[in-house]
Amino acid sequence: MAEVAQLARKRRKRKKKRKKRPGAQQQPQPPQPPQKYKHVLGYTDPGDGLVRETVEWRDTPQPNPPPRPLPTPQSPQPPASPQPFGVYQGPFGRLQAKRLLDRAGFGARRGEAVGLAQAGLQAAVQSLTRPAGAAQLTGPAPHDDDGNPLAPADRWGHDHLWWLDRMVRSSQPLVERMALVFHDWFATSNAGVERQQHMIDQSNLFRAGCLGSFLTLTVNVTKDPAMLQWLNGNENRKNAPNENYARELMELFTLGADREPTPAYTENDIREAAKGLTGWRNDWSPELGSHNFRFDPNRHSTANKAIFSGPSSTFNVNPAANWNWDDVPRLCLEHPLHASFFVEKLWSYFVPQPPSADTRDALASIYKSNAYAIRPVVEAILMHPDLYLGPPMVKPPVVFTASLLRALGRGVDTEAWAWLGDMAGQQLFWPPNVSGWDDDRWLDTSRLRARWLTVTWALEESYFDPWNGPDYDPAEERDPALEKALEALDYPPLRVEHHNELLSFSGNAFPASLASWQKSPYRAMRQNALQQLIAISPDLLLG
Amino acid sequence: MPQRNHNCCSNYTRSEMLRASAAQAGKGLPAIETGMPLPAGTGLSRRTFLSRSAGLALAVYGAGKLPFAAFEDGIAHAATNGRILVSVFFDGGIDSMSVLAPTGHPQYAGLRPTLALGPTEGTAFAEDTSLRWHPSASPLATLHGEGKVSTFPAIGYTSPNQSHFTSRHFYEIGELEVGARTGWLGRYIDRTGADDNPLQGLSLDGSLSPSIATASMPVAAVDDVTDYDMYTHGVGDPVAAPMYNSFGHFGDLPADSEPMGQVRNATAQTSDLRELLATFEGFTPPVAYPNTNFGEKLSGLAEMIGRGMPLSCVTVSAPGGYDTHSDQAQSFGNNLGRTCDAIYAFQRDLEARGEDDRVLMEVWSEFGRRPDENGSAGTDHGAAGLAFVIGTRAAGEMVGEFPGLTSFDHDDNLLWNSDFRGMYCSLFEQWLEEDAEGLIPGASGLPRYTLVS
Repeated sequence: MAEVAQLARKRRKRKKKRKKRPGAQQQPQPPQPPQKYKHVLGYTDPGDGLVRETVEWRDTPQPNPPPRPLPTPQSPQPPASPQPFGVYQGPFGRLQAKRLLDRAGFGARRGEAVGLAQAGLQAAVQSLTRPAGAAQLTGPAPHDDDGNPLAPADRWGHDHLWWLDRMVRSSQPLVERMALVFHDWFATSNAGVERQQHMIDQSNLFRAGCLGSFLTLTVNVTKDPAMLQWLNGNENRKNAPNENYARELMELFTLGADREPTPAYTENDIREAAKGLTGWRNDWSPELGSHNFRFDPNRHSTANKAIFSGPSSTFNVNPAANWNWDDVPRLCLEHPLHASFFVEKLWSYFVPQPPSADTRDALASIYKSNAYAIRPVVEAILMHPDLYLGPPMVKPPVVFTASLLRALGRGVDTEAWAWLGDMAGQQLFWPPNVSGWDDDRWLDTSRLRARWLTVTWALEESYFDPWNGPDYDPAEERDPALEKALEALDYPPLRVEHHNELLSFSGNAFPASLASWQKSPYRAMRQNALQQLIAISPDLLLG
Repeated sequence: MPQRNHNCCSNYTRSEMLRASAAQAGKGLPAIETGMPLPAGTGLSRRTFLSRSAGLALAVYGAGKLPFAAFEDGIAHAATNGRILVSVFFDGGIDSMSVLAPTGHPQYAGLRPTLALGPTEGTAFAEDTSLRWHPSASPLATLHGEGKVSTFPAIGYTSPNQSHFTSRHFYEIGELEVGARTGWLGRYIDRTGADDNPLQGLSLDGSLSPSIATASMPVAAVDDVTDYDMYTHGVGDPVAAPMYNSFGHFGDLPADSEPMGQVRNATAQTSDLRELLATFEGFTPPVAYPNTNFGEKLSGLAEMIGRGMPLSCVTVSAPGGYDTHSDQAQSFGNNLGRTCDAIYAFQRDLEARGEDDRVLMEVWSEFGRRPDENGSAGTDHGAAGLAFVIGTRAAGEMVGEFPGLTSFDHDDNLLWNSDFRGMYCSLFEQWLEEDAEGLIPGASGLPRYTLVS
């Protein structure tokens, strides 16, 4: 407990410091010595969605503070087509920092984007990609609907909540985001795995290895208990090969189906690789379930295997040899078509339009010259001009939810996020199949409705009860109503057409003349509706 | 070739009925337009109120959305010929040799040492007595006996692909090239659909099926058609209606990038669908359904059809997964049974409502499985698979034949003898009355099968 209190004190100190720097973000409000009162002298609007106050602290309260103006909305500029390989050279302000956090993490915590922007592009990227030490979880611990700690290994949906909490609270958001990338890349599901603990262990494998060598990661995934169960690696024996893992290793994890002009592999390569992978097994008992996963040489085929070898392969690059199980992932990575597959797939998680040919080749050469290291490729992608100048990206549902909670400053305090994640098309540890989630299809009438309900739940703790709550300001005007709603969501930058739609709604949410008993409740409803609309607007669905 | 004449109703009776209901709805318009308050209850718009009062969602749907001059035309357009195609997907590659088991073939028991169906299990298949229906498929056997099931014992295509995702993609897009962005049914909707009717392509799942992915026309996915409310804490009359309107406006604005286009489309369709389904609440089906999620979906679908909602192409995933690499027998019969029981109830429901002559089901999977089982009491990915066309108007005749167990393709898989793209062309031309040319690439060179009686 002492530690927590100390941490909280430190946080307050940090905030105070930032507060006093002119131009820094003004909220949330820090506690001030009682004899000092804030006086707002004026406002500046740099056009990044956040209006800054100029303040002074005096001994008496300010009698009539000037009303805070609405931020200038964003004038949309058509996204640029794919750029040549290089480092983004344009301005790196709050808008760019927000985009970086949306793509490489889970959105900005309240006030975080301004500070990150001040660091500049390279330092901002490296603060994400080169975290020091173990991740810290900052903020209230997660709990279920009854206030109990989560049971991620035991209860349905608690594994989702457990990870969502890390997304919301971790000091190393990129590690969580990369773990999510590899959860999708090596998509394994509870649907074929006996225990949730195996899935959680696999996600820890991704956390530990997501910025290291892709070869190490792929070898570790090959013998991972969840994967061994999911793709039947534990039933792949020398006299009864099961080709399930060998096929997906090539098709989905390392080489890709339908490569042009020459397919990377043949059915024969799959069958030969399956033989190479034989030998993994486990024990089972009623008490422990599946356990003691191990390699059993007696189950391993010692025949020569023609993997990418000879006339029945499209790429004859190896001799037929008595390959061991861990040779097979290595042969896949050494295949001439692997590096281009790897960098394009990794790119697709961060940028919605494909890389230009020179970008792809440059990334592949970074990857190869760094012995399959993932971090340098990620850094190159996060600094590439396409990330900042190209089109926006539809946030995956879990990123949408975590971003919303971070913007609201709310932790994981309800189990609803698990079933809402399922409805929205992304329940963690339950990808739809081994090819993972389909990033082109996050939005349809069913899933967008689920995102609406996600917003409803996210606002549950903070909405204004029109009839039973404290009286809402019965005189609030159109613009201050929108300003208040923007503040609640940490001032998301809005495009001008959405800003105008919200203003129009705010001005027409109820008839101009109201009975006195309607004035407060209808304004409370308007505020709730404005927050709902901002949170479900295209500006927040995209990142 | 059938005529391409989709702007005109081909069914006289139906178009007369629609005209009458449109007139009825039109009569109600002036009284409601003169400043009457919107009905109580959050989010109920004028349009859905009108549809409730007229009792016909379809008619008022056309009326509310279209300018007056286009009123009757719009309804005729949305209705096309009133026929509905329901596509049911067995996810994972269903083992055709366990649904229609070749018990009369001497090699069968040897290929399937643990999985073979016994020689007297299940029901004999009348069109080829060397095959037997799996016991869990007995409802299909019954419908087959009534001439309502056409079977494809070995459906496939040239150079079978054994990747789930590639092969499924081929079936979804209706061609053998990867990369198309529209589904085989989506292209039909693009050609014949209305730009304000998201129900014309409906996935009864948590997400949209790629088969109904369109280039421009709206389509929808609804997991539970009786539950499509969009609740917001602390928002009621009079603020709710303008809130939902503004949400819809987000969808109507122009888009300057592909992802923005996705957001806009989904928003516009969600907004429209919310209004359409506001009239759709509880109901009692005329026949008993199995108490399963899949049964509820089909029962809701039958109710929508019974109410004349403007459906055309519907997709739904069968319960369970069929990628049975190990311990196949554990899950297979249960999943197949849940599927067949609900399909049977759906057919009987449509018959009870007198709607059975305008609904046809097409049942498919991405491939069949390897004839010889693997060492894990399961089966690996194969080639030729199984499809059915089910309905009162189905021709009820086997298409192609069981290919036998003595010769296989070069990957040791079953040989195919009917082409799924030929099935699609035949369904377009015989059921939906649209020329398959332009809908299925290479349609003129593909076979046609008699699928509709």
